[in-house]
Amino acid sequence: MTTVENAAGIAGTSSQARLDRQSVTGLVFGFLGVALIVGVAPAISSSSRRFNFEPPPDPAGIGFDPPTWVTAIGVLFLLTAALGFAPPAARVWASPARLLSALAVIPLVLVLSLALSDNPSTNIVNLFNESLVLATPLALGSMTGLWCERSGIINIGIEGTMLAGAGIGYMTYATIGDAQSTGWLWFSILISVLAGGLVAALLAVLSIRFGVNQIVGGVVINLFALGLTGFLRSEVIVKSGITTGVGTSEFGLPLLSKIPVIGDQVFRGQPIYWLMYVVVIGTWVVMYRTPWGLRVRSCGENPHAAETLGVNVVRIRYQSVILGGLIAGLAGAWFSMESQARFEDNMTNAAGFIALAALIFGKWTPWGAFGGALLFGFSRALGTRLQFLGVEVSGFEIPSEFLQALPFVVTLVVVAGAVGRSIPPAAAGQPFQRSK
Amino acid sequence: MNGVGNANAGVGRAASQVHRFLNEVWRLQPLYVSLYAILLSFVVGGVLISIIGVNPFTAYWALLRGMVGGGDQIAGSVARSVPFIGSALALAFAFRAGLFNIGAEGQLLAGGVTAAFVGALSWMSDLPGIVAIPLILIAGTMGGAIWGGIPGVLRAKTGAHEVISTIMLNSLVLFGVRWMVNSRDPVVLRDTDSTVPRTDPISETAVLPELVDSQPTLHVGLFALVGICFVVAFLLNRTTFGFEVGTVGLNPHASHYAGINVNRVIVASMAVSGSFAGLAAASEISGTNGFFQPGTFFLMGFDGIAIALLARTNPVAIIAAALLWGSMLSGAPLMQQEADVSIDVVRIIQAMVLLFVAADAIVRYLFRVRELDQSPFKATSIEGAV
Repeated sequence: MTTVENAAGIAGTSSQARLDRQSVTGLVFGFLGVALIVGVAPAISSSSRRFNFEPPPDPAGIGFDPPTWVTAIGVLFLLTAALGFAPPAARVWASPARLLSALAVIPLVLVLSLALSDNPSTNIVNLFNESLVLATPLALGSMTGLWCERSGIINIGIEGTMLAGAGIGYMTYATIGDAQSTGWLWFSILISVLAGGLVAALLAVLSIRFGVNQIVGGVVINLFALGLTGFLRSEVIVKSGITTGVGTSEFGLPLLSKIPVIGDQVFRGQPIYWLMYVVVIGTWVVMYRTPWGLRVRSCGENPHAAETLGVNVVRIRYQSVILGGLIAGLAGAWFSMESQARFEDNMTNAAGFIALAALIFGKWTPWGAFGGALLFGFSRALGTRLQFLGVEVSGFEIPSEFLQALPFVVTLVVVAGAVGRSIPPAAAGQPFQRSK
Repeated sequence: MNGVGNANAGVGRAASQVHRFLNEVWRLQPLYVSLYAILLSFVVGGVLISIIGVNPFTAYWALLRGMVGGGDQIAGSVARSVPFIGSALALAFAFRAGLFNIGAEGQLLAGGVTAAFVGALSWMSDLPGIVAIPLILIAGTMGGAIWGGIPGVLRAKTGAHEVISTIMLNSLVLFGVRWMVNSRDPVVLRDTDSTVPRTDPISETAVLPELVDSQPTLHVGLFALVGICFVVAFLLNRTTFGFEVGTVGLNPHASHYAGINVNRVIVASMAVSGSFAGLAAASEISGTNGFFQPGTFFLMGFDGIAIALLARTNPVAIIAAALLWGSMLSGAPLMQQEADVSIDVVRIIQAMVLLFVAADAIVRYLFRVRELDQSPFKATSIEGAV
């Protein structure tokens, strides 16, 4: 895998390439800005639209006039483009301006889709909340990847680890709790977490003890989990007859959920969703604010130097891979006991790979990866919402497949243009052998 | 107690004698280590089958008969394996250039839909088979090459990581072909006479000749995909391009200083990789299905990753690995029917095969195989074997 990263280095390092990317990004924003101001703003309906903050009846919200907003965002894009070519003194603003413009794409998409639909209003607080909920397994999965890769073990088995957690957890719930009782639900979630840890331990033994190529190890995990959970489903879950049940229930955070208008929407949620925040914040604190976290990162960057300083590289790698697996097990429980209370074959449906994409998107940092997960969650929520609104462009309703594909296009564009080179931990993928 | 110990030692001594003989005479260690790995995987699978109260020998006997129990079963197993060769080559070739192409799933779809589109063009029925068949195969190959080339270009021009871009492109093409095949207003590629969403049937002249009327059909696509493995082996080992690919894979910086155009090699390897998946898809469309349905290629790219790794990215070994993979999948339904064991057992065994082949230290320990100094199949690094 190192060779893979080296190739990335060559492909993206030359300063010429970087300059090119800046000016290309500038040109793209300039073109988009002109198109929005001259082409789109006059063409769309100028009748007033509304963003609501709460469900009907009589919701609070803000009304707006689509052409004005589109023009404003177009001006922002033009300014960003101009800053790219400004004298060096003004260039310090170019980078924040690009970030702001990239973020402005979200309101732009919302304004445009509302302007093109027959519905005059939509609840955006609810939309953002759905995005966060859908991002839960992706954020957890990317934290799994983060712990493994920052310690130097590439993990493409996140998908399989999640699937094993989902399947084994639900199997436990169905066989001993009849998928009904609350006490057993918590026990089963715990079993999911432990199952994730156990699967990750297999990856750890393979890659650390036996020095197996880590990509191969990950593929083994994915295949094994697919087979094992399919086997358990047909031999245990289906034969027990309990194929669906009761999942975790929502609760509101004390005090915060009493905030008027948004409180009851934003601060109500299911337990694994709340745990996701605990895991993300905890990951950041432990990885960047504790000695152990520093050791983990050092094992991923230069294990031999770490060893010289007295760090037990092998032990640290075991610990972080298994910790990552526990997190992936929790993500698995989200699928089979929170989002739905059932288990289906291949239920995670490539979420583990998307979590990996979010991790790379976030440049192997906790908040970046969380941001990547949010982007996917948002696009997925938006896709569903747009389908519901029925967005039409000159008489043709946009097919639902296009909307579902939207997050993938956005990521591809962002990774190729705005984010560009993403540097993995230097030692990720290299087997480590203790010095004699 | 003592007797058992002696017997064990005796077996061990005899085994090591046999091993030494095989090593010295035929240099067969890689082969028998792999065979031991397969044996061990079936033992693990057998334990699992006994746990659910089925005699593992009954189950395996049914599986074996499903795989190779007769002419039809053998032909069916081979036919099932053919497309896996293409999807495995797609990973293996890029791997030589140090790129991790997990986009075979998408490249199969892109190649398949292109082949089905070209095959169903109205003027195709006027062409003789000798022109129409190469045309449909080339169309599929091109479709796969373009879809594989995009992440290559993105990697070379912007540095976007190919793992992330191939995952994105997999999903993109899946939604794209679903729309093309499902949409009735406007009709894109959907066969409006059919109740299930699929494309128009391809022209009779573009159908690959059938070899055996098995389930699924064994067709001439077999020769195309087996042939391409040898072509790739030649390309990698005996040509300048192959040398450049391998060099970039081992050390792109050194290649850069040696005057190799690294970006060009990256784009070309990704496109060539994609073309193998495209070819596999086109041969399936033309020889087996006769039309395109998005579900046909489900998990085929995913299995290709495992097969390529099982073959340690060696193009000729891929043929054997794909055969093992395809025939196990092809034999599994009979096992389910006769022994009432879930098909998923086969997936577990496959995972174990990959595990034991990769972690050959376990196999060596259990079967007392001494490691050769210069084993060409050293498991710790795929790059090393390349």
